[in-house]
Amino acid sequence: MTDATVQPGKTGTANRLETVLIGLGVVALLALPFFVYPIFIMKMMCFALFACAFNLLLGYTGLLSFGHAAFFGGAAYFTAHAVKVWGVSPEIGIFIGVAGAALLGLVIGFFAIRRQGIYFAMITLALSQMFFFFCVQAGFTGGEDGIQGVPRGTFLGVFDLHDEHTMYYFVAANFLLGLFIVWRIVNSPFGLILRSIRENENRAISLGYSVQNYKLAAFVMSAALAGLAGAIKALVFQFATLTDVAWQMSGEVILMTLLGGIGTMAGPIFGAGFVVALQNLLATSDFPVTIATGLIFMVCVLIFRKGIVGEIYAWLDRRRGEKPE
Amino acid sequence: MIFGIPIQAFAGQLLVGLINGSFYAMLSLGLAIIFGLLRVINFAHGAQYMLGAFIGYLVLAKLGIGYWPALILVPIVVGLFGIVVERLALSRLYEVDPLYGLLFTFGLALVLEGVFRYVYGVSGNPYPVPTALAGGVNLGFMFLPIYRGWIVVASLIVCLGAWLLVEKTKFGSYLRAATENPKLVQSFGVNVPMLLTLTYGLGAGLAGLAGIMAAPVYQVSPLMGSNMIIIVFAVVVVGGMGSILGAILTGYMLGLAEGLTKVFYPEASSIVIFVIMAIVLLIRPAGLFGKDA
Repeated sequence: MTDATVQPGKTGTANRLETVLIGLGVVALLALPFFVYPIFIMKMMCFALFACAFNLLLGYTGLLSFGHAAFFGGAAYFTAHAVKVWGVSPEIGIFIGVAGAALLGLVIGFFAIRRQGIYFAMITLALSQMFFFFCVQAGFTGGEDGIQGVPRGTFLGVFDLHDEHTMYYFVAANFLLGLFIVWRIVNSPFGLILRSIRENENRAISLGYSVQNYKLAAFVMSAALAGLAGAIKALVFQFATLTDVAWQMSGEVILMTLLGGIGTMAGPIFGAGFVVALQNLLATSDFPVTIATGLIFMVCVLIFRKGIVGEIYAWLDRRRGEKPE
Repeated sequence: MIFGIPIQAFAGQLLVGLINGSFYAMLSLGLAIIFGLLRVINFAHGAQYMLGAFIGYLVLAKLGIGYWPALILVPIVVGLFGIVVERLALSRLYEVDPLYGLLFTFGLALVLEGVFRYVYGVSGNPYPVPTALAGGVNLGFMFLPIYRGWIVVASLIVCLGAWLLVEKTKFGSYLRAATENPKLVQSFGVNVPMLLTLTYGLGAGLAGLAGIMAAPVYQVSPLMGSNMIIIVFAVVVVGGMGSILGAILTGYMLGLAEGLTKVFYPEASSIVIFVIMAIVLLIRPAGLFGKDA
């Protein structure tokens, strides 16, 4: 999907703008729970992190996974089970969710990287559907009922997460940590190799990079971060259900990333915010969410492939090009 | 008795597998034809299959048009729908990454499924078996409902017909040539954009035909397509999309494998096709009949 990708960091304007926006974003994030219903923002953060994790694979490695719901929903199940049945603390619960998602990513990724492009998408979809059927039948997931009444617990034995504001800052801290990890990966030598694979896989091979290993590593990292998002979501909403592992969820995260801007750092965050807000709005109306999601998909693919943030970057680039410096 | 399983149960599950395999074969055949020429993975294939079943159901309920006329009417309507989609949208996406075609048809599938879900709910609607094919025959070792026998025969005819169309006709030779090198074929004066449109219409029509044929066997429900398409994707990965005959064979084989699993280890029957896909990826990543990796 190279034609839709923009590389931030190329232009100084975009860089300065980004620094200012990040500062504003963090301040807004800290102040928001005093103005907006905290659960709503927490939901946005979970999905934003999920989309950023997904974008690490699609935007920076050029691999379209159609099975990321398995990692998101799978981690939600693992964490919910660990916290509720084994009675572990939330930090251990989240660790178990992330580790489980990473392991699942290792298995699914191992098979998926054997094919490229469109086949890669179909294989990830099929394997995540297999995991979905596993979750329907496995005892620990509670089948159709899911795992209900998951306790949030006490973080590090000090912070009681049942308090809405404490939970909010806990989620915000995890969200920022997750974003920082994505940013660090993307801007590391490892991230540059991933981009070279995206741009020209054969060339990367000819330069001596073991492309398969890099792809698998990127897949596992993306799965683990998606797992972090899912684990936190299980604690926020105190349940884990089949919805989070279903293929529709894999589609949703693609839409968030596409709408926000594939291959941009901020794009998936905006995309996730927009989609979650839209779902919230439609939940009170009669209009089915699936139709809205499908329509946005079609419009985005046809006329809006750069996404919101991608279009802004392109506009800044054009403006910069017109003005001699 | 075979391996301690009563022969009736064994043959019954094999028949169910063969029926499922018939639909896998017809659907993966359409996917392969579309992919071969357009380089688009038609995610909406399942939705077009559902559309076929629903149109059949609706023309029967509202207009009293029965199974046999619907067998002609439905593929034409769904095919025309496909042609409109190709002209308005897909044709604009040939220049960009093929993944966008997948994403567009995914959106289309969501919209189609959403609309039918909104209007008709998620519960299935029964479609009566046509009177000429009602009842069944006792084969001695099992009871064969005639309609199910008809499905197997009809799907074989459809698959064979599609194969002959692609391999043995003038249209098919243009199609194969355009798959190899569209620019060259166009320079010979063949209208390639028109060929692409017709091919997508043909693929969609095949999905619609499978849909109306499936209506009396499965319940007509808005969700029937999305349940099907993911399995068909796995079938296509196993078969590889290089050959049409490969797609057909893989469809029947995996249907039978699914039926056999239902006999011996029913818990795994919903995932056996995915397991086979994983094994094939390990041994032959390009698929059983695949040429391209």
